[in-house]
Amino acid sequence: MSKPKFVYVIYIASTAEKVWQALTDPEISRQYWFGFRVAANGKVGEHMTATDPKGKVVHRDPIIESDPPRRLVYAWHPLYDDLKHERPSRVTIELTPIKDQVRLTLVHDDFDDGSIVHEKISGGWPAVLSSLKSFLETGRGLEPGWREAEQKSAAEAGA
Amino acid sequence: MIDATKFKPKTVYVIYIAAAPEKVWQAMTDPQLSEKYFHGSHVEIEPKVGGAFVVRLPDGRVNVRGEVLEWSPPRRLVTTWTVDWVPELREFPPCLVSYDIEPAGECVKLTMTESYSWDPPEALLSGGRSGWPASPSNLKSMLETGKPLASKMEPPKGMMEAIKELALTKPWLKG
Repeated sequence: MSKPKFVYVIYIASTAEKVWQALTDPEISRQYWFGFRVAANGKVGEHMTATDPKGKVVHRDPIIESDPPRRLVYAWHPLYDDLKHERPSRVTIELTPIKDQVRLTLVHDDFDDGSIVHEKISGGWPAVLSSLKSFLETGRGLEPGWREAEQKSAAEAGA
Repeated sequence: MIDATKFKPKTVYVIYIAAAPEKVWQAMTDPQLSEKYFHGSHVEIEPKVGGAFVVRLPDGRVNVRGEVLEWSPPRRLVTTWTVDWVPELREFPPCLVSYDIEPAGECVKLTMTESYSWDPPEALLSGGRSGWPASPSNLKSMLETGKPLASKMEPPKGMMEAIKELALTKPWLKG
């Protein structure tokens, strides 16, 4: 068996600069990332920080690579629930302009076998990045109703 | 009919769309709408189990052929999927492609799943993995903004070589 890995590709009618800004500026992220403020505009060695809608810090992870507006790599170590006991995984985001759109490729890897974080992010990233695309194309992110759907499908899977 | 239980999911793609399930279903099954987001291709589906499923390229050639295995508007569509435009691929066993549309808050969750009855190598799966996100991205843009994205399909590097190799070795014939 190969190690758990999550890969997602989405095309967005926008520029690499705008997608980069939306991924790294907390004032923009909160508008589509379901209220989460994600700051990742620092240099290598500085941190990606994220706070939940109540203001609680849920991430403080080293930025591993930063080449705006093309490539961003940071560690991923949730600071809540039982997830904090797992070792950090890694998020790599690449932005490739294609005519009047951008291909966003996200690879989230470096998990241990049986990682719960891997399971969570596999449900989470498609919702976050779908909402990002909506926000940049229509000015409105998606409503966070996906959480209920995720919980429902998780409950069914566990039954 | 094909025994769907013998197929295992190999590629899964999820996207959330701010639209009603009926609108997503219509966009997926109406040839005039499919043309707008599916690289100019027409999706032609006989709306019943056992019906024919064809994806036609803009010039009229058949790209994909299949059979409808499940037709449950506006929730679930399953078809077999045999790529026709590459001669070698006509010999391959069909894969299954399913589309699940679930309400999620004010939007819908669209899940596309590609399943195989054999163990295809990564180089073959790369076609679906790199090609698929373009169509649902376009579909989402069309439904949310009225403007689909312009896109051009090309097989990923190494895929055509892998197809030729597989057509010679036929690994699906071995247990």
